[in-house]
Amino acid sequence: MKNFNFKSATSTKEATKLSSVKTTFLAGGMTLIPAMKLRLAAYSDLINIKKIKGISGIKVSSKSIRIGATTTHAEVAASKEVGKSIPSLAVLAEGIGDPQVRNRGTIGGSIANNDPAADYPSACLALNAIIHTSKRKIAADKFFKGMFETDLKKGELIESIEFQVPEKSGYAKFPNPASRYAIVGVYIAKFKNEVRAAITGAGNYVFRSNELEKALSANFSTSAIDKVNISSKELNSDIHASAEYRAHIIKVMAKKALSFS
Amino acid sequence: MAVIKIKVNGKEISREVSDSTLLSDFIRDNLLLTGTHIGCDTSQCGACVVHLNGKSVKSCTTLVADCNGDEITTIEGLSKNGKLHPMQESFKKHHGLQCGFCTPGMVMSAVDLLQKNKNPSEQEIRDWLEGNICRCTGYQGIVAAVKDAASKM
Repeated sequence: MKNFNFKSATSTKEATKLSSVKTTFLAGGMTLIPAMKLRLAAYSDLINIKKIKGISGIKVSSKSIRIGATTTHAEVAASKEVGKSIPSLAVLAEGIGDPQVRNRGTIGGSIANNDPAADYPSACLALNAIIHTSKRKIAADKFFKGMFETDLKKGELIESIEFQVPEKSGYAKFPNPASRYAIVGVYIAKFKNEVRAAITGAGNYVFRSNELEKALSANFSTSAIDKVNISSKELNSDIHASAEYRAHIIKVMAKKALSFS
Repeated sequence: MAVIKIKVNGKEISREVSDSTLLSDFIRDNLLLTGTHIGCDTSQCGACVVHLNGKSVKSCTTLVADCNGDEITTIEGLSKNGKLHPMQESFKKHHGLQCGFCTPGMVMSAVDLLQKNKNPSEQEIRDWLEGNICRCTGYQGIVAAVKDAASKM
């Protein structure tokens, strides 16, 4: 790991002020520190955002759940309010990495990183989330831009993520047995006017499946998924799974997600 | 460089360290508490697990600078007055180790589990220990040890 300066910000404003092209924000560091140790990333300064008040914690209303950026996965998994309002979100948080990663890793860090196999981005897309940043509100549909790429500008800090409460929802993933990252993860959410289905792990980055959404909008049942044709064309192929295999697993996980809903 | 003040195993410590120092290196190299092991150094194996403010974390993926003012417990901090912690006793009794390299992390992780879940099932123990790898594959003994410790804590 190359040397860097560690700075702690106590407000969003200060964090933005301290940031430059050579710096990055540090929350749980569960991806950032390993990436820096592998010298895949290097920064002059890490700006710790965990001391900033007001960007941690969970607020629930009848229509949405708003989770502060520095809230850990363990906190989301253990939240009775999340479990009651959007149980699938608590299930997702409980399945991230291992207990030590969940004790430290944060929701804001997960989505800012936009790992192609991370769990939370699929929740953002399926639950039609709004990403509240230090500058603006971004709809999840416009937030995820590519592999490890988001719409965030330099110095822009995620403050909270607001998930819409669906009528029904479920998340199922086929995890890599070692890392617990999703080889395929499917998040399905049924709202009054639409069904949203987001897939993680299978492509370059998280995406919505038009095929699944169309089929489930017409008939919200596992039999509808049977008839869906998932193309393997744009899907990942690696030592863990071929694109064809991932296409197949998308349907299997979609059915599982539906059975949890 | 910055002066870090932390409490390790109940003792207040103040040291000047470089900002990029990992907690695992700090514990081993600066404090000479070598019970905390570094296995994979990529946050997968769990040999480096310590408690940070009472919660288990991987010290190889935590910066000391990020622990300023915090409380750390390492494997050396579990025994009291020369008496092993019930979890350590249990690992000994059930032969929850072979080479012993993963053991400090296993024990620290298992102690955290019992803080959250006083009476875990075998499946819950196995799920929890997902972040701790034993390459002697002594999991049978490890799980039996955690189960037995749960009845004594």
